Amino acid sequence: MKNNGIKYKLAIGLLTFTALSHPAFAGKADDILNVAFGNEVETLDNYLATSREALSIARILYDGLVSKDFKSGQFVPELAETYKFNSDTQIDFKIRKGVKFHNGDTLTADDVVFTLNLVSRPDFPARYAIAVNWIDKAEKLDEDTVRLTMKAPYPMALEMLAGNVPIYSKAYYEQVGSQGMAVKPIGTGPYKLVELTPGVSVKLERFDDYYKGGQKENPQIGKINFRVLPELNTQYAELLNGNIDWIWRVPTDDVARLASRPGVKVESSPIMRFDYIAMDPHVPNSPLVDVRVRQAINYAINRKEIRDAFKGESYPIINSACNPVQFGCETDVTSYEYSPEKAKALLKEAGFEKGVNLSMVISEEGVAVAEAVKANLASVGINLKLNNLQYATATDQWRNHKQDLQYGDWGSYGIGDVGLSVGAYFAGTGDDVVNDPEITEPVIEASKTIDMDRRKALYSKALKLIADKAYWVPLWVWSMNTAMSGDLELTINPDEFIPFYDAKWK
Amino acid sequence: MLNYAVRRIFMACLLALFVSFISYSLIFAAGDPAAAVAGEASTAADAERIRQLYGFDQPILVQYLHWLSGVLRGDLGTSLYFDQPVATLLLGRFAMTAQLGIFALILALVIAVPLGVAAGRWPNSIIDRLALLFAVIGQAMPSFWFALLLIILFSVKLSILPASGTASWQSFIMPTIVLGYFAMPAIMRLTRSGMISALEADYIRTARAMGLSEARVLFDYALRNAALPIISLSSAQFGFLLAGSVVVESVFAIHGAGSLAWESIARGDLPTIQALVLCFSLFYVVLTLLADMLNAMLDPRMRSK
Repeated sequence: MKNNGIKYKLAIGLLTFTALSHPAFAGKADDILNVAFGNEVETLDNYLATSREALSIARILYDGLVSKDFKSGQFVPELAETYKFNSDTQIDFKIRKGVKFHNGDTLTADDVVFTLNLVSRPDFPARYAIAVNWIDKAEKLDEDTVRLTMKAPYPMALEMLAGNVPIYSKAYYEQVGSQGMAVKPIGTGPYKLVELTPGVSVKLERFDDYYKGGQKENPQIGKINFRVLPELNTQYAELLNGNIDWIWRVPTDDVARLASRPGVKVESSPIMRFDYIAMDPHVPNSPLVDVRVRQAINYAINRKEIRDAFKGESYPIINSACNPVQFGCETDVTSYEYSPEKAKALLKEAGFEKGVNLSMVISEEGVAVAEAVKANLASVGINLKLNNLQYATATDQWRNHKQDLQYGDWGSYGIGDVGLSVGAYFAGTGDDVVNDPEITEPVIEASKTIDMDRRKALYSKALKLIADKAYWVPLWVWSMNTAMSGDLELTINPDEFIPFYDAKWK
Repeated sequence: MLNYAVRRIFMACLLALFVSFISYSLIFAAGDPAAAVAGEASTAADAERIRQLYGFDQPILVQYLHWLSGVLRGDLGTSLYFDQPVATLLLGRFAMTAQLGIFALILALVIAVPLGVAAGRWPNSIIDRLALLFAVIGQAMPSFWFALLLIILFSVKLSILPASGTASWQSFIMPTIVLGYFAMPAIMRLTRSGMISALEADYIRTARAMGLSEARVLFDYALRNAALPIISLSSAQFGFLLAGSVVVESVFAIHGAGSLAWESIARGDLPTIQALVLCFSLFYVVLTLLADMLNAMLDPRMRSK
């Protein structure tokens, strides 16, 4: 009798377990790629999105006129079959015939003209104006030719057109507007939207009428589901469960732990983003106005040790204020090997042997490195106050010369050209706290120069000066850790965008 | 009673407005919302353009009144981040949070009240000690850690519950337990102390002397009197469960109002933040009001006041 009771309880228990258990959503078996992002996908209107997550999805929903092949470094046709530079400020594009939008409409030259003219309008709220503000106008020459005119010679025109300027359907956009594109986008890309819940999930499926030609012509996986899982540990749990097939932005600390789990593999890929410490000599009464103090800071920071401790060897140390893979990144510049003695001597020479007080603005993710930097500087007599602030506050204070140093990272919009790194921080704009005419002059000239050799020479001059004058402490180039199901092959591009069109099952 | 309620509601609305103006000003005091909207890779020029396009360059009071006139016309505006109407965004998020909050509160009451009654009936007994232990653990254990422990056990090791999302009813089991456990200790302790003082009262002795059953004495007489503070506390707890479940929502990837509020602040999404603040403050007001009315129904002395 007693025995029966136990059996009964066991049976009930098992029943409950079975009722509660849920089928694992095996990715490969049903050809669904399940991706988890920590950040929310804000909008699928490419021009209003700022996160790499949303922009990566946009790149498989939409096509641009051209795209960049990272294996060869060349621009390859996408919606434009061919293009021709008429002059430094004018390009003619031959639009591909028979391209379909997801709603069945055919792409025409009118769609291209409409999109280019729409997004380059000054009152269009494009989040990254840099992608479109160089466009003066677009005109239709004939049924399949579009002429693009720039405001001034712009050496990065193709870089921008490749991925950052997707083409919209004129008819559809006029009907639904930006708010419609945010949640019900229609594009010409290899995947189309099935369902979207703002900030929660996005479901896509392969677009069967996708044209042949271009890099994305052969999408392998049938469906891609994106879910937002803000907590990393939850992402790991779902990856181990098999409910998620791919995650990214895995901290180096967690790589070994994840890689040791069966059925999970971890990849580390070099990307465009790099870390740096910037210095502002224009804070009132700042000791940083003295180049010797800035050099002392460079000497005092043991970059290798800090890198090894927090980032690992897949993060190469850099000496110039750019990523060495970027065009124009001069690496033959003055470098400052770790030497606390030299730092102390320079500080003494500058009259600061009694010590210096400085502040550094950092973000939540930068705390560990910043604390190590603080300790390094303390040993040479610099007392660094760390201010861990939210982005809006941090930016406000930094741009208004209220903080001496800034520990930051910069992804150059994924573009392999120093025009978007040196050009962003040393061109005398609101982001240039240094504003040194000797540097801004070559940088501004380079931004308008089409001749590549001339540009290279100008940037080289600027980067050598930045290093000589020690305005930055360049730190290291990032590697992006991704973790995925053992069945999956998906490697991110060096531009920090995710080529989902290239994903495949083993 | 009606007069009292109307006056309370009117005062509450004024309070909610005051809170919303403070929060509006605080966002500007904390940094540049234009930079936050423009995004983390934006330039100073991008932020400047956003400032003009969205009118962040106008005086705060002018912007606030503009927002307020929209609200009075029933228009909560458009989220600067999602580019979607705030009203529809909030509806979905609040539905999620309210569901979770109600489950958690029910779970907390179902466990904490009987436990508190038992602990109060037999103070310093083994039951009381265990209940105390249970409460102390609940109070001391960080929610995110408890949540991760549950995920490791039920999702990773046993594979019987989904670790995240809201796809099925099973998805709500672990979040409800974590959130409910968080709300339990206070309710339990308050029930216990309420019961102890109620059981010492003269009318209980009278009730016992009249030969009423122990259950009737406990639940009809003692608990009814001990219940008043529990109701007030539960309503405050429920308000907290709605607004403050950020951690639990984040770990279990339940996209509710709490996490939306948290994220929106960092994004400088003013219309969304304002609408959330308004809703949260109205919730608190309504909840306290409801609790007061419930108390008045239970306790005739409060009605006559």
